[in-house]
Amino acid sequence: MKKIIYAFAAIAFLSFAQSCKKDSEFLDKQPTSTLPIDAVWKDPNLVLTVVGDLYDRYPDYQTIEAWWAFTDFDEGFASASGDYFRHQNLEYGYDAWRYWDMGVYGYIRDLNMFIKRGQESTALKAEDRDRFLAEARFIRAGVYFEMVKRMGGVPLITTVLDYDYSGDPSYLQFPRAKETDIYDFVISELEAVKTILPDNPTVQSRATKAAALAMESRAALYAGSIAKYSNSQLTLPGGEVGISSGLANAYFTKSLAAAKEIIDGGKYSLYKKNPNLSDNFAALFTDKGSNPEVIFAKDFKLKTNKVHGFTIDNQPRSSAEEAQGGRLNPSLNLVQSFEKLDNTYASMASVDGSGNPVYYSGITDIFAGRDARLAGTVILPGTQFKGKTVDIWAGYQLADGSIVTGDNFGQTKTNVLPGNAGSVQVVGADGPVDGLEFSAQSGFYVRKYLDPATGSGQIGTRSEVWWIRYRYAEVLLNAAEAAFELGDPATAANYIKQVRDRAGLTVALTPAQITFDRIVHERKVELAFEGHELWDMKRWRLADKVWNGNNMSAADFINASNIGSATRTSTQVFGLWPYKYYNPGNANHLKYIFKVIKPGRVTAAHRFRIGNYYSSIGQDVLNGNPKIVRNPNQ
Amino acid sequence: MKIRFYFMIGALIAVLFASCKKDNYDAPEADFTGRIVYKGEPISVQYGQVNFELWQSGFGNYSALNVNVSQDGTYSAKLFNGDYKLVFSPNQGPFLWKKNAAGRQDSIAVNINGSKTMDIEVMPYYMIRGATLTAAAGKINAFCKLEKIITNADGKDIENVSLYINKTQFVDGSNNIATQQISGAAIADLNNLNMSVTIPGITPTQNYVFARIGVKIAGVDDLIFTPVTKIGF
Repeated sequence: MKKIIYAFAAIAFLSFAQSCKKDSEFLDKQPTSTLPIDAVWKDPNLVLTVVGDLYDRYPDYQTIEAWWAFTDFDEGFASASGDYFRHQNLEYGYDAWRYWDMGVYGYIRDLNMFIKRGQESTALKAEDRDRFLAEARFIRAGVYFEMVKRMGGVPLITTVLDYDYSGDPSYLQFPRAKETDIYDFVISELEAVKTILPDNPTVQSRATKAAALAMESRAALYAGSIAKYSNSQLTLPGGEVGISSGLANAYFTKSLAAAKEIIDGGKYSLYKKNPNLSDNFAALFTDKGSNPEVIFAKDFKLKTNKVHGFTIDNQPRSSAEEAQGGRLNPSLNLVQSFEKLDNTYASMASVDGSGNPVYYSGITDIFAGRDARLAGTVILPGTQFKGKTVDIWAGYQLADGSIVTGDNFGQTKTNVLPGNAGSVQVVGADGPVDGLEFSAQSGFYVRKYLDPATGSGQIGTRSEVWWIRYRYAEVLLNAAEAAFELGDPATAANYIKQVRDRAGLTVALTPAQITFDRIVHERKVELAFEGHELWDMKRWRLADKVWNGNNMSAADFINASNIGSATRTSTQVFGLWPYKYYNPGNANHLKYIFKVIKPGRVTAAHRFRIGNYYSSIGQDVLNGNPKIVRNPNQ
Repeated sequence: MKIRFYFMIGALIAVLFASCKKDNYDAPEADFTGRIVYKGEPISVQYGQVNFELWQSGFGNYSALNVNVSQDGTYSAKLFNGDYKLVFSPNQGPFLWKKNAAGRQDSIAVNINGSKTMDIEVMPYYMIRGATLTAAAGKINAFCKLEKIITNADGKDIENVSLYINKTQFVDGSNNIATQQISGAAIADLNNLNMSVTIPGITPTQNYVFARIGVKIAGVDDLIFTPVTKIGF
């Protein structure tokens, strides 16, 4: 009984004590889930968390977090059943690559708000504050660059806009700025912040001086080539789309100057740690320890929620750490673009001049003597990943020309080869099997960005390889292109030489050999699977020529003569399948032959229309703001 | 207990009958059909590539109905009765559409009240004249003339002329089994174009192909075609 009384007494006492608090104390409690603005803006570590969020929302299109986007333009084949539609759509929608209504102006608003508050804050040290502000302006420039390359001119909002609830929103309705105005804004912002940002090559996931210059170089190059290669269909009377050709040289000059500032600064260099040139090129993308080539990257970290599954999705199926992988298959279209070491182009020699098959004793022999970047970008049949050789071969071809093959990974069959009664494997453990997802349906797997670390292919671990947005080799190629467009092929040859030397192409191109087609080709092979393809083709106004909707046949790939042509059609993915030749007693018994094939899931030819050069603006945006004009040809 | 059971059956029947009520709207019933023509002659285009927009105001969000033009230049849409505005987007189709005083694409007012047939007059850049497509010795041979219709500053050059053949009746750049192309630069005489393409092996075997000629005009997405011709051989 006494115990109960004590208990009651204690409870009563405690509740009285609670009620003695002041009301104001209870009502003025600070929320525990958010931080007030003035609390954040006095501690640099807290501001950094806000900047971290702003970096995290930085836009990318083709990235290692979206492997499928690489397959939309015939650089790769999507070997996963849910993505075959990418090879079955005839044309790209006018709303493809739209970047306007995906909350992007909310993002711009957050950036503007951050800049406004930073300017108002007084508690931070000036150097900290200036760096944060410069970073936000760098990100904002990046977002506007992303918008202008997709949409053309967009409303340029650099202040925080607020609705006054008056019922009349018209003061918030801004017309589209000119395309040049957006490019000029991006360039001038980057010029302004480059001296504030740290000039430190070990800072690679935050903005630096070199990151600002690299973005400036790229943006000016885009503006210059749009000016130079623009045509009358792609203009609007108000200049929202289209850049006058008279401005081309000024932009190229800016691009070259920004690139030169990085190059002459001498703080970055090409990655050359590994004497094996192909392994070196592959390691460039996965080596995060003092990598001198990386200027600006999106970083990932194991054992956090910032990891990605690119390696899980795309590792070779036979040695995969999970029962999946092999989704992104590089196409023959890309593979044959890599030059021979004597700087000439040649299709893969599957047949000789008179149409007879060529017999190779080693499966990799057909790829020998090519640009080292080929094996650094693509896992070729017979090459290794994580120390395991991939098993890619499509079956046996018998003496009478008939094919013996299977329909599953590494299938074995009994008594199918003449004179051989035992059971025998009839197809590679990595395929290719037509229509079997995760097999190398084009005959190749992707290597660039595949993480060689153990566990990177496991769902529970994943990969912390970063996504490189700007790297030194691109800066060199930007400089080369800008110099070439300014009529200085000697300088262009000098810059392009450095990139090609690393790829093992030892005979330098002479200035006379530097042509527009060479520059297009160099960017294609150096920057494959890095998210440049669509934007490059758009700014050169080549997209409607290359993706012209005409279907292709194997004849376009056998002894092709126009591989180095910038306007070579590439509307459908093709592959190259190795077969073992089975003819006991013949000199070519068990040698390899190769066949150019079109994967069965490729049914349509891609067509890029003139209206695709600028993505359409959503009808909801047009309805909400009568000052917005539509993009041309839609 | 029994009473409650009957009550439930009654309620159920009531609900079922209630759901037989008509929907708010009737389905659109008016057929709007016709062709795109130049001086009465239909314009053949690629399947699924050319469309025009119909705009109807007064129903909430303002957006266009897209109506596709078929290969032979015909179109057909099911519409509600009402007033529409018809317009082709700039550079839609191998033709020019008239502009209003402000330099924008002009629109045509269309009143739909019951089914309606209307030919839409357009101004093509080129017309293909006198096309003949014949089979001989395993080949399809084609002849045609090109008439340049728009000769003022809006006129455009020819990028290329192609002969396409296919085993089905859809014949164009992306649906063909063989093609032959003449580039614009290689055309010496617009009144004398000859093309020839070898018929490849077709599985399963068929003794006919569909063929037509397409003209790609520089800077214009859509090609103008001759009508699809079925040719036995």
